[in-house]
Amino acid sequence: MDIYFIIEKLILISAILGVSLLIAMYTTLAERKFAGFFQDRVGPNRAGPWGILQPLADGVKLFTKEEIIPTNAGTFLFVLGPSLSMFTACITSAVIPWGPDLTLFGKTVALQVADINVGILYIFGVVSLGVYGIMIGGWASNNKFSLLGAIRAASQNISYELAMGLSIIALLMVTGTLSLREISIQQEGWHWNVLYQPIGFLIFLICSFAETNRTPFDLPECETELVGGHHTEYSSMKLGFYLFAEYINVFVSSAVLATLYFGGYNFPGMHLISNPNVVAILGVAALFIKILLFIFFFIWIRWTIPRFRYDQLMKLGWNILIPLSIINIVVTGLVIILKQ
Amino acid sequence: MDSLSNRKKVIEHKKMNFWERMYLPAIFQGLGITMSHFFRKKATIFYPEVEREFSENFRGLHSLKRDENGAERCTACGLCALSCPAEAITMTAAEREKGEENLYREEKYAAVYEINMLRCIFCGFCEEACPKEAIYLDGNIAKADYSRDTFIYGKDKLLEPIVK
Amino acid sequence: MSHSIFYLLSFVTLLFALLVVFAKNPIHSALYMVMTFFSITCHYILLNAQFLAIVNFIVYMGAIMVLILFAMMFLNLGKETEVQKPIYLKFAAVIAAGLLMLTIFAAIKKTDGGEISGLPINDIGLVKNLGKTLFKDFLLPFEIISILLLSAMVGSVLLAKREIN
Repeated sequence: MDIYFIIEKLILISAILGVSLLIAMYTTLAERKFAGFFQDRVGPNRAGPWGILQPLADGVKLFTKEEIIPTNAGTFLFVLGPSLSMFTACITSAVIPWGPDLTLFGKTVALQVADINVGILYIFGVVSLGVYGIMIGGWASNNKFSLLGAIRAASQNISYELAMGLSIIALLMVTGTLSLREISIQQEGWHWNVLYQPIGFLIFLICSFAETNRTPFDLPECETELVGGHHTEYSSMKLGFYLFAEYINVFVSSAVLATLYFGGYNFPGMHLISNPNVVAILGVAALFIKILLFIFFFIWIRWTIPRFRYDQLMKLGWNILIPLSIINIVVTGLVIILKQ
Repeated sequence: MDSLSNRKKVIEHKKMNFWERMYLPAIFQGLGITMSHFFRKKATIFYPEVEREFSENFRGLHSLKRDENGAERCTACGLCALSCPAEAITMTAAEREKGEENLYREEKYAAVYEINMLRCIFCGFCEEACPKEAIYLDGNIAKADYSRDTFIYGKDKLLEPIVK
Repeated sequence: MSHSIFYLLSFVTLLFALLVVFAKNPIHSALYMVMTFFSITCHYILLNAQFLAIVNFIVYMGAIMVLILFAMMFLNLGKETEVQKPIYLKFAAVIAAGLLMLTIFAAIKKTDGGEISGLPINDIGLVKNLGKTLFKDFLLPFEIISILLLSAMVGSVLLAKREIN
C-alpha cells in the first residue's frame, strides 16, 4: 500500500464528507425556504442575502444553547444515540461512485472511496443500523414519549427494510452485480434502470422516505402526538445531530436513488467528449444535479402529503409494498428468462 | 329535520375504485397543487421596512385629544371607565385651579388617566361613551415590551402633543 | 499483521460476549450483543467473506437485534417486577449449561492443536463464488433449509394467530 493511495483516499473522504455536510446544511435552509414558497410565504430571509447565512446562524444557536441531560437518563447511551445517528449517516456515502475516473499526473483516480463488491448491501446494512441511534436515544431519555418514538422507529424501519430489500433484489436481477460502480457503468447512454424497474423504483423511493423518517413516514418524531418523539428530551447540539443526520440521510438517499435508478453520473452525450477529465467533471456535475432534484422532491413531498396513521403505515408496508415487490421479482424473473 | 339553508351536503360513502385506491393519482394531483403555489406571488409583507396599511376604521392605541386652543378636552366624567368591558381604564379627577384655563377646557380634569393595554380589547366603547370627544382609538398597535408594568399607559403616553 | 488483528478482534468479541451475560440491564445486554455481532462481522471481513460479513451485518445487527430491542422496550423491566425463579429451574439451567460446556470442550479437544495457520485468502466469500457453490454443490441442503425456514414461518404465524370461533 503506497502512501499516495492513502493520501488520495484521505482527500477524497474529506471532500465527500465536507460536501455532504455542506449540502445537508443548505438542505435545512432549502427546506425552510421551499416550505415558505409552497405556503405562499418567503421563508427565512434576514440572515444574509436571501437568508443564505441562516444555516450558520442555526448552527451557532444550537451550539451555544444549554445542554440538558435528564436526571434519570442513562448518560452514556443518551450521548451515544445522536452520535450513532450522525456516524451512520456519514459513513453511507463511502461506496457511492461520484463520477468516472479522473486522470491526474498520469494516474487514474477513482471518484469512489471504496469499490467493495457488495456495495448496495453495505448501504442497506448501514441504513438499517441508523435506527439504533433513534432507539438508543429514545430509550435512554427515560421518557414515555421518547420510548414510543423509539418503538415506532424500530417497527417502521424493519417493516420497510423488507420491501426495500425485495425491490433491490429485482434490481439486482437486472444488473447482475452488487457493485455500485458496475451498476453506474451499465447505465451508460439511456439504459437507466428506472426504465427497466419502474415499480421497483417506486417501492424503493417510498421505502427511502420511510428509512429517512421523512414526512409521510415521520411517525418516530410525530410532534402532534408524541411531543418530539425520540428527541423530546434532547437539547443543544445533540438535538442538532439528530436533525442534521436526517438531512445527511436525505442527501445520501438521493445519491443512492440517482445512482441505482437514474444513471448515476451518466449524462446524455457522454460518449461525444473524448477528454476523460472533462467527462469526469461533467459526470460529477450531472450526478449532483440529479441529487439536488431528488432532494427537492423529498422537500416537495414533505410539504404536500400529510403523515400516515400508524395502522395505515403498517398496512402500506406489509400488505401492499411487500406483495408488490414480490410480484415485481417474479415478473422481472419471467421477463429475463423469456428474453434469453 | 328539514334543512333551513338548503346548503347541506350528503356525503356519499361509496367504495373507491381501483384507480382511486392506488392513491398515486391523488398524490400527483396534490404535488401539482403545491407546485402551483410554489410560483405564486407571495403574500408576505416585509414588516419593519414595509408597513401594512390599516383600514379607515381601524382601532389602535388610544389618544386623549386637545381642543383647538390646546387644552385637554377630558373632564374626568368616568363614562369611559364605566363603559369599558375589560375594566382597563382608571382615572383620578382634580379641580382646575386659577390660571390653568389654557391647560384644561372644563373645570374638572383628569389628573391621572391610565389605560392598561394588556386588559384593553380595543372595542372602542370608550370612544363612543365619551361626551366630550376626548378619547379616540386612532393610534398604532401597542408596542411589545419586556415587563408588564410598562403596558399601563399614563397621560404621558396617551395625551396628544400640543400642536403649535 | 493479520494475526494480531485476529487476536484483537477475538478478544473484543469475547469481551462483549461476556458483557452480554454479565450486564445487569437487559437493554445494555442487548446492545453488547450488537457489538458482539459487529465484531463477528469484522471476523468475516478478515476472512475476505464480504457477502457473509454484510449479510451478518444486515440480518443480525440490522434486523434481529432491532426486533429484540423492540420487544424489550415493551416489557416493564423494573427491579420490583422481577420474579424469583423456582429452584428446580435453576438446577435445570445449571445442568443444561454444564452439558453445553462439555460438548464444547469435546469439540475443541477433537480439533488439532489450536495452532492458527495463516488465514485463508481465497475468493470463496465473494458473492458470485458463494452463489455458484450454493446452487451447484450444496443445492439440496440449500433447498431443504429453505423449506425448513418456510415451515417455521408458517408455524409461527399459526401460533401467533388468534383462534376464530
